[in-house]
Amino acid sequence: MNQPVNQTEIKRAILEQQTADARKKMILNGVLLAILLVAPFVMYPVFLMKILCFALFAVAFNLLFGFTGLLSFGHAAFLAAGGYTTGYLLSNFPGLTTEMGIVAGTLVATLLGLAFAVLSIRRQGIYFAMVTLALSQLVFFFFVQSEFTGGEDGMHGIPRGQLFGVVNLESNLNMYYFVLAVFIACYILVQRIVSSPYGQVLRSIKQNEARAVSLGYNVNRYKMLAFVISAALAGLAGSMKSVVFQLASLNDAHWHMSGEVILMTLVGGMGTLLGPVVGATFVVNIEYQLSQGPLRDWVDFILGGIFILTVLAFRSGIVGEIQKFMKKNLG
Amino acid sequence: MSDQFVLETRGLVKEFKGFVAVDDVNLKIQDGHIHALIGPNGAGKTTVFNLLTKFLTPTRGQILFRGDDITAMKSAAIARKGVVRSFQISAVFPHMTALENIRVALQSFEGTSFSFWKSGTSLNKLNDRCMELLDSVGLAEFANTTTVELAYGRKRALELATTLAMEPKLLLLDEPTQGMGGEDVDRVVELVKKAAEGRTVLMVEHNLSVVSRLCDRITVLAQGSVLTEGDYQSVSADPRVREVYMGTANDKAAKAQTTATQETVE
Repeated sequence: MNQPVNQTEIKRAILEQQTADARKKMILNGVLLAILLVAPFVMYPVFLMKILCFALFAVAFNLLFGFTGLLSFGHAAFLAAGGYTTGYLLSNFPGLTTEMGIVAGTLVATLLGLAFAVLSIRRQGIYFAMVTLALSQLVFFFFVQSEFTGGEDGMHGIPRGQLFGVVNLESNLNMYYFVLAVFIACYILVQRIVSSPYGQVLRSIKQNEARAVSLGYNVNRYKMLAFVISAALAGLAGSMKSVVFQLASLNDAHWHMSGEVILMTLVGGMGTLLGPVVGATFVVNIEYQLSQGPLRDWVDFILGGIFILTVLAFRSGIVGEIQKFMKKNLG
Repeated sequence: MSDQFVLETRGLVKEFKGFVAVDDVNLKIQDGHIHALIGPNGAGKTTVFNLLTKFLTPTRGQILFRGDDITAMKSAAIARKGVVRSFQISAVFPHMTALENIRVALQSFEGTSFSFWKSGTSLNKLNDRCMELLDSVGLAEFANTTTVELAYGRKRALELATTLAMEPKLLLLDEPTQGMGGEDVDRVVELVKKAAEGRTVLMVEHNLSVVSRLCDRITVLAQGSVLTEGDYQSVSADPRVREVYMGTANDKAAKAQTTATQETVE
């Protein structure tokens, strides 16, 4: 009020910044895409697919954790539900094409996510985490007891089949590009969600829930939708994973897996788009490298150490720290 | 009868285990008034606010907004009906820009708040209105500043602008000048005065000089129930009011009296 402010100029500056940000995002996406397109010629495709599946899982988890502020400790249930459903259908109904099995797995995970959300979304903080953990343990025991999952042995020999009945996915390269396409579609979807009008409401809920309520938002419904989308994408990751490895096992349903996705997201940078992708790449690589060497019995110990280090010293994760550094030094 | 009152409570009670925080409060807020709710710490002022906006559920009693019973409505629904509150501790979205803070409020009328597939740029059409609101509280130049970086007084101004974006019919302000120095207080008084044009305001306020400058009517709460009600003159002359503010009115308290009417009573 003291000095005249040129509003048009400020508004233009805001719009310009939006375009600049969008351009930056495009360039980053382009670079990422280029790397992923040539990657299978440099590295073993199955290993890359493992990274992509976990990256998708972490991206899904981060939508809830990093962008909505809800810490679910039960996301393994969705990964496993997607994996088992797809595995079961593709193994027992040869008439199904691969994508049908994957869609079905995703749907089951979505419904399971809805059930979890209905039961947990009213709880706050640690209570929310505990309810999701308890529910995912229920799901775990269901999978242990059920015959169709193969119990402790897991489900083996899931056929990769034909995509749309035409593309043979037995070829690792075909499989890789299919996984990549799905991953990119999901990544762009999450990017879109985060910046959408809905994403703005999620941001506000994360930053000050009581205030969001006082602005007329029925926050539980918004959280619920985020939970269900997150569960759906986690299920999709599980479905793809079971097709890639032709295997669905109890590992995916174990609470250890729920912890691992938290680790990936934190190490990479929660609340950033690229963070979970970087985190998944990092964790999968560390696990692989260590399991090849003399430290193979110390994998969990070392990951635990990384976890503690991240929480204590690099709370914004790899991507978050880089962003901070760039902001400080490059304006 | 209830037509002339924007808000009315009938026998409002809130009991916590073994403790009655709000005891049979009957408030009547007249249309167009700035109504103050004062009282010593622990008198139940903020609890009343929380009951009115359903951040707490009343144990007994009724809340009427323009004659409609809103006792059973949810917080978010009450806000959409036009009863919008601010908070004691500045309630902003710290990691959003000032403009985005206001836009979130405006957005709730757009009907696109569940549209997760829509581009964020669809919200740009609200920017003009955001700038107007920011300008009205003197924050236009900070539109693109992240809120954490704003000074405390400016955060409160932003909060007020965000609340006003909801076009509230009844504005509930919980200690708008809390923790502020003289100059900021003057600015907030001006802002509230401006904001009150064409709407009704109910405010909790400790600073009695602010109350005397702004409010048409004052309700004094003590230990959960209404002690007295009236305009500033009659309330400030009431010996019982002085008593609850300063304990039994003798010796030390008597000396403090003169200053207490001007200063913040914590």
